[in-house]
Amino acid sequence: MSRLLISNGLILDPVSETVKTSSVCIEDGKIIALGDALPGFEPDKTIDATGLIISAGIVDLCARLREPGLEFKANIQSETIAAASAGITTLCCPPDTDPVIDEPAVVELIHHKTLMAAHTKVLTLGALTTGLKGQLLSEMAALQTAGCVGVSNTRRPVESTQVLKRAYAYAANYDMAVFIEPDDHWLSAGGCAHDGRVASRLGLQGIPVSAETVAISRSLMLIAETGVKAHFGRLSSAHAVRLIADAKDQGLPVTADVSAHQLFLNEMDISSFNSIYHVLPPLRSQRDMEALRRGVQDGVIDAICSDHQPHEIDAKQAPFASTEPGISSLETLLPLSLRLVREQVVPTYTALSLITSKPAAILGISAGTLREGEIADICIYDPDADWQLDTESMLSHGKNTPFEGWNFQGKNRYTIINGELVFSSDQ
Amino acid sequence: MVNKPSKPTDSLIGNDNWNIQLDRNGRLKHFLTVEGLGSEILTSILDTAESFANVNEQRVKKVPILRGKTIVNLFFEASTRTRTTFELAAKRLSADILNINISTSATTKGESLLDTLQNLQAMLCDMFIVRHSDSGAAHFIASHVAPHISVINAGDGWHAHPTQAMLDMFTIRRFKGDFGNLRVAIVGDLLHSRVARSQIHALNTLNTGDVRVIAPRTLVPNDIEDMGVKVYHDLAKGVKDADVIIMLRLQKERMQGALLPSEHEYYSEYGLTEDKLKAAKDDAIVMHPGPINRGVEIESSVADGPRSVILNQVTYGIAVRMAIMSMVLGREPEAEISGEEQ
Repeated sequence: MSRLLISNGLILDPVSETVKTSSVCIEDGKIIALGDALPGFEPDKTIDATGLIISAGIVDLCARLREPGLEFKANIQSETIAAASAGITTLCCPPDTDPVIDEPAVVELIHHKTLMAAHTKVLTLGALTTGLKGQLLSEMAALQTAGCVGVSNTRRPVESTQVLKRAYAYAANYDMAVFIEPDDHWLSAGGCAHDGRVASRLGLQGIPVSAETVAISRSLMLIAETGVKAHFGRLSSAHAVRLIADAKDQGLPVTADVSAHQLFLNEMDISSFNSIYHVLPPLRSQRDMEALRRGVQDGVIDAICSDHQPHEIDAKQAPFASTEPGISSLETLLPLSLRLVREQVVPTYTALSLITSKPAAILGISAGTLREGEIADICIYDPDADWQLDTESMLSHGKNTPFEGWNFQGKNRYTIINGELVFSSDQ
Repeated sequence: MVNKPSKPTDSLIGNDNWNIQLDRNGRLKHFLTVEGLGSEILTSILDTAESFANVNEQRVKKVPILRGKTIVNLFFEASTRTRTTFELAAKRLSADILNINISTSATTKGESLLDTLQNLQAMLCDMFIVRHSDSGAAHFIASHVAPHISVINAGDGWHAHPTQAMLDMFTIRRFKGDFGNLRVAIVGDLLHSRVARSQIHALNTLNTGDVRVIAPRTLVPNDIEDMGVKVYHDLAKGVKDADVIIMLRLQKERMQGALLPSEHEYYSEYGLTEDKLKAAKDDAIVMHPGPINRGVEIESSVADGPRSVILNQVTYGIAVRMAIMSMVLGREPEAEISGEEQ
């Protein structure tokens, strides 16, 4: 029996669109009252949230924790500590671990490790094909029973369109969503940067926009035929946003996300060969970045994720093309989302819905909203905190961020999961 | 604490990293790319090279400018001509030179590029001349070596080959004088060419009147017009009234990637033959960075003919590399100190 009282905070719930100064009473992991504190409620602990915003905990659609397989980069414990400190209460791991999440034993391994060491909730996607090799169907029913919330082939190729179609149909059979990171392997192979003026100047092999749009188009045709529910992750181009908008207009069961860094960086950032900006899909043109922002504004893009990819220092210490792609980004998901508010791209409600209620809906979990009777997964942030990102103070084992030195407004102060305080900036 | 800008600069060349090739007095510390260097520096390289060209024509071809300096030829990619001319240039400047061919040694044993560098640095040398198959490798090395070491880029991936571009500019200036009224056509595989990228920057920095590139659509990088060139896909139109024609080498593996159907078709469409050369000006010169594929990008009689200055390019390469090495390594440390005092 534990009782937690959050008092005097400003509750911002994008689902009910409520905003009011009030208190939250939590008992046995659930929110039992929102508004005025219940008479006679005697908390074991009280958080004074005066001047702070109380939001549903952040749900991150794509974070690589590097465990199992790449523990020299990071592990479940280190990364969930970082996530919790940044207000994230649930995150979802893609299946490209080593071993690949293509059988229940690996799911159980991760769940076991999560129970032992994790500071947030950790969900998993199962592999769409065995070993992510794009040839044989994985045992999706078993993966679903083991707890996978969807299936994905990550960015790895499925060469045969026939295999891809059958995989989608089979996933639909179990009402499992497919999570697609659209990439035509043969158009992008060997590339490391957007195929545009900067890559041409630097002599870096380009990845054309068509690598993304050909893959999206192929998948959309198969989604229409099989009826599978599909989520397109990490969009990078204006044309991709248009394809998703059209698909939604046609009533296809699709959703989409963008990684936060794609809304702030573009191809110009790689112009001094700085490998910290080496990401996949690549940073595209300014025009693409603006189209992604518009996609977020008008709802074509449903969610913003971190696309967290922590690396050891050596992974980025080589000439650009030889470095490993990715950004350590759990700790900038909320700050960058709030920056969209400050830059007047979206109002605060929308920014929060993009990282709470909407990704929760995509994952099919009941989270991302503040309501009486709901599980108490909550983040409490200070909207006025001015701070500067310093990699030294990052908790993730990966310090690979291009946002070092950026000024942010708004910082997480408390994170509550299942009614327990798992992070507090007071200590 | 100094408040950093909240967003890094968007400028292509205003970035600190580009200027790592200049010291605080604006002199060349590294030579990594032509991009971002002003016409004064390029002209001064050409002028210095003129003086060394005279040394090379004397009976005793040696000057003591870099006596006591140690230079390492660090080649991660095979090369004969470039490596040899750097070696010769270093010897004529009286430097000690060490040749290290890494493609067959350390990195194939799993040693990282950074480890290799640190080991070589421990041998107390003054300059690395680097060739590497990754674009940006020379920048990477220059930003990781000890501050007293200079780096010269002898070719990085598809990005830059600035000493080749400078010897090409030297050749053009010797034969044609001023760049302002020239029409220069670069023909061939631009997509994979570090030589072409550096030439384009150099030609534009030296205010060349008309710089054009000619290639099939599969071998032209996206948005290359951005670098200040006109793009042609037809050889006859592209070389019309040209003063200078630069042919690029075609690698045989381009057929494998479905970039071209055959050498035969390439030659008939884009090969420079005596017949096609007629469209250029009567006194046009023909250049090629070598090695030449006779009968693929150029007809033998053109390569060996009166318009060809291909062997002059090789000869001038020594003087130009001597100029660059002496400018980079011969900077007077005293001048640097007095410069700091100002």
